[in-house]
Amino acid sequence: MINQVYRLVSPRQFEVTYRDQSIISDKVVIRPTHLSICAADQRYYTGSREKDVLRKKLPMALIHEGVGEVVFDPSRKLDVGTKVVMVPNDPTEKDDVIAENYLRSSKFRSSGYDGFMQDYVFLRHDRIVKLPSDINMDVAAITELVTIAVHCLDRFEKKAHSRRDTFGVWGDGNLGFIASLLLKKLYPESKVIIFGKTDYKLNHFSFVDEVVKIDDIPEGLTIDHAIECAGGKGSQYAVEQIIDVIQPEGTICLLGVSEYPIEVNTRMVLEKGLTLLGSSRSGAQDFRRTIQIYQEYPEIISYLSTIIGETIDVRKIGDITEAFEKDLSSSWGKTVMRWMI
Amino acid sequence: MIYAGILAGGKGTRMGNVPLPKQFLPLNDKPIIVHTIEKFILHHEFKEIIIATPSDWLNYTNDTLRKYNIDLPNIIVIEGGKERNETIMNIVQHIEEQHGLHEEDVLVTHDAVRPFLTHRIIQDNIEQGKLYPAVDTVIPAIDTIVESEDHEFISQIPRRDFMYQGQTPQTFKINKFKELYNQLTEAEKEILTDACKIFSLKGETVKLVDGEIFNIKVTTPYDLKVANAIIQESLDND
Repeated sequence: MINQVYRLVSPRQFEVTYRDQSIISDKVVIRPTHLSICAADQRYYTGSREKDVLRKKLPMALIHEGVGEVVFDPSRKLDVGTKVVMVPNDPTEKDDVIAENYLRSSKFRSSGYDGFMQDYVFLRHDRIVKLPSDINMDVAAITELVTIAVHCLDRFEKKAHSRRDTFGVWGDGNLGFIASLLLKKLYPESKVIIFGKTDYKLNHFSFVDEVVKIDDIPEGLTIDHAIECAGGKGSQYAVEQIIDVIQPEGTICLLGVSEYPIEVNTRMVLEKGLTLLGSSRSGAQDFRRTIQIYQEYPEIISYLSTIIGETIDVRKIGDITEAFEKDLSSSWGKTVMRWMI
Repeated sequence: MIYAGILAGGKGTRMGNVPLPKQFLPLNDKPIIVHTIEKFILHHEFKEIIIATPSDWLNYTNDTLRKYNIDLPNIIVIEGGKERNETIMNIVQHIEEQHGLHEEDVLVTHDAVRPFLTHRIIQDNIEQGKLYPAVDTVIPAIDTIVESEDHEFISQIPRRDFMYQGQTPQTFKINKFKELYNQLTEAEKEILTDACKIFSLKGETVKLVDGEIFNIKVTTPYDLKVANAIIQESLDND
């Protein structure tokens, strides 16, 4: 079959390319239906990655957050029409200690390897996770982003000390929203404080126990553990504040991606005996856990629906550009492309 | 019910002196027709995918499907006719004999030698085919169309913004097609080689669906070269 792959060839320019793929293989054929745009995709689209990175990685199909439907499974294990979420991480080896998303040999879609903007996506069985059949697919599209927070909390659970009276989440964007929401559900007895700077964004965090503006942190406020979801240069300021207010031996989960190295006050990290716990991306196991969480706490889906900003029907290449441009100009929420091309 | 009819009736005279009908020629080492059928297999709405092929090539077609492991239960190979509409009528006859004809039955017909079609094109044909008597897949005309009845001088130049180039799929209500086709005289059948033209001439609505510029028909050695080139130029990033 000739599969259309919609690649970014240079900043702001998509082109269709064609790949010969056989439907008879060890892979399941998925029709992508809802694709969500991530900040990482935008860095390629706008050309804000470094020149040699762009030169090395483009042309490439973007998007690593998406859901779809099974259209063909040569092994007949999955029914046609089964709704699934697609796992963008693709390990090429097995390791009993290191998780698949940290193996240097793993490939990751829309990072040097074609993402989900294709007519059909071909995936091994272990790279797809079944969704509940009645799920809102516009919301399910952002599941990959949810798995990032789930993965981080899973690592936190295994590595942090057991006093979890108060959590602080830095960053009032999408990831901060998801991390705070999950903390409230998974640690219902704990107090969750969101630290942010923009009122209209913070207004969305109706479920947290306390909202704190980062330029007005009350004297004497402390937290046991922190999750940093700021990213960019903001990560540095967030980590600085966290180190100030966190109790000794707390864990700081780092989730925000910064393009350039940031400074960290290691003297106070040492003095307080803090743990800096980095997490990046997620693996198939985190997707399975996330779907389980959706089923245990169905209200999560309705909370997540409040961060879906724009949904755009994509029927031609021009619509893809429009979706990316709209996403750039929107100040809150995720942009989901309904993939009809 | 929705059916797909893959028109593979041609023997490829335009391809020059080649040993195989054009639909069996390799595109990136796989017969063109296999690429096309695979795209149709991925649409679960089709009750059956019926391939109409020249009678001498029935065995060859079945062997090819087997070789590429796409000899699935809902794929049927039948004999095509002398020309396009006769081939379609053979498909209609097969459906009638096997499943009976119902008012809402729709047939999506497609050239075996247009392997570049997309999910969206097939989907639009199915959806519009349920709503209208017939559907034609088109792209806006790029070149100016010049008409000459005597093949020597221009008889007219139609406005380009009203002109489209016809591609496939062409989709229609099966019963309606049968009814209109049977009304045609032998002379009309000779001229009316396009199914949508029959609908249009008989006053039926034919809905347009957007094609794609790359949904090309691989008919000449030049087309085959182009088709192979555009697949092979794609950098392997997967």
